[in-house]
This record gives sequence, structure tokens and C-alpha cells, in this order.
Amino acid sequence: MRILVNGERLTTDAHSLDELCEALGFAGAKIATAVNGSFVAAPARGRTRLAEADEIEIVAPRQGG
Amino acid sequence: MLELYRAEMSSRLLLGTAGYASPDLLRQAVQASGAEIVTVSLRRESARTKTGQGFWALIEELGCRLLPNTAGCHTAKEAVATAQMARELFGTAWIKLEVIANDDTLQPDVFGLVEAATELSGDGFDVLPYTTEDLSVAERLVAAGCEVLMPWGSPIGSARGLANKTALQTLRSYFPETPLIVDAGIGAPSHAAEAMEMGYDAVLLNTAVAKAGDPVKMAEGFARAVEAGRLAFEAGLLEPRDMASPSTPVAGTPFFKIDSVS
Repeated sequence: MRILVNGERLTTDAHSLDELCEALGFAGAKIATAVNGSFVAAPARGRTRLAEADEIEIVAPRQGG
Repeated sequence: MLELYRAEMSSRLLLGTAGYASPDLLRQAVQASGAEIVTVSLRRESARTKTGQGFWALIEELGCRLLPNTAGCHTAKEAVATAQMARELFGTAWIKLEVIANDDTLQPDVFGLVEAATELSGDGFDVLPYTTEDLSVAERLVAAGCEVLMPWGSPIGSARGLANKTALQTLRSYFPETPLIVDAGIGAPSHAAEAMEMGYDAVLLNTAVAKAGDPVKMAEGFARAVEAGRLAFEAGLLEPRDMASPSTPVAGTPFFKIDSVS
């Protein structure tokens, strides 16, 4: 399935958002997620199914003003 | 004491964490500033570099209260989703709400701002909106549930200080009980002192410290300016007047003659 992760095209076998995060090496990392513009809380990642052309955001803390 | 959403702070300087030449300079500048609140952001995390994980370790070490922002959001929908991600990521309901109208001026989109503030306040967020100095917008933000307002001094990073002092003073007078923080445009300690002398509760700045030749020294300079301005406000400033008024007693001035002997 082809999806967009942080604006970049990616082909994945992950079924859920949780699986995708783990496949990308984010297990245990300090991240937050959104799918198609809507926030997905950490506990909901496991039951969030991915579909073709989904747009995923995976963010982490960064410097800010 | 500065009280924001039932949290008490002794420092009235809020400092941004962006743009420092090194993590160590950031750490030292925050310490020198005495800031108890620092602003942070969230950005896309690379699966390769995982930059944010190291930054998080540094932020935890600072021990400051965190004020995450929604910098770069251009719509209320983006800002709301960003705020929700920030709440989970940073473990705080505080959000420095930014909805940007124009990339050249980074002027707040006050329509999107009110829309996002309404939704986020209803969702339990403590919203600190980055807004213009416009009174009618401020009223709508307060009606939306904002207990703190953060009008800009001038555009972000411009170092122009308080561009519209009259309107900032009007806001202060109109909202005597609402914590008001000048956010953005502060370029020099004198700008910060000026805001504090006007009775603003705090100032929030980033670039003026981060991009100073010596950020640590500048952080200390700002800390003193904010304190000086606050002390002056509490002490009560002299009203300006048009004519001179001698400070040295006039009575007993030598060579002063009332009568002449002849």
C-alpha cells in the first residue's frame, strides 16, 4: 500500500498506524501522530487502520519560539 | 508573582528555545534568563535522524514549564490538530496558539485564531493566543475562553519593539485583570522594560537572545530589564510634563534676591 509519511511517499505492509510507527523505528520514541489531518492519540494507533493514499504525520519535540 | 492559568511564576520572562548555535548555549541562556517557562514546538520526525529525541532529553533537563506552540499553522484545523499532538507529546494543556495569516509578516490570522481558540478552550486547553493588539479581537478571544492574551509587539523576529504603544496601552487599560504578555518583536532589553513599565504582566521573546553575539549575556540583560520594568510599574511612574520642574529645592538658592537694598 502506498501512503505519505511526513510528506514523503512510502510503500508499506503495515496494517495499523502502530505497526507503521514500529516499522519506521519509532517504538518507544517520543512522538505524536495524525492521519489525514486529524490527531490520533497514542492509545488509538493500534486500532487505526491504514488505507491507500493515507497521509500520516509523525512529529516529535523541537525548538520553538 | 505572575499567575497564568492558576500556575504561579516568579519570573516574568518567557524564553523561546529556537535558533541557538548549540544545545549548550540554549541551556546556559535559559539559566541566565531565569525563565521558568520556555516555548517549544513540534516538527516532523525523521526515521533516520530522530532529531527530536535528543532535543526532548535537553528540554527535560532544563526543568522549565513548557509552552508548546502551533507555529507555522495557517488554518484553525491545522492549529487544533497540532495543539492536540502537542498536548500528548509535552504532557501539558498549555498551548501558545498561532494561526498565521501571512508568511512575510507572520501576522496572526485573527479569524482562524478565534475559531481555534474556541474549539481548544472547549476541549480543555489553556490557550495563550498570539494575537494582534486589536481590542475587538482580544474581546472575542476572552469570550472564547482565553484567560491570557499575548499581543505582538511587532512582527516575529523583527526586533522593532512595541510598534503600536497606544493600542497596547489601551489593551492594558481595558483588561486590567487579564494577564497580558507581549509576544514577538522584542529586540532589545529596553523594549522589554517598556512593555513591563506599561503594566504588561510578562514578555515572551526568542530571537533577540538566541541571535545575540553573546546569548547568555543577553539573556541576563533581558532578565534585569524585565525586573526593572516591573519594579518601575509597581512603584508608579512619573507623569510626563511639558515644562521643566526643578528637582533641587528652590528655597535657599544662593544669590537669589527678593528685595534690593537701594
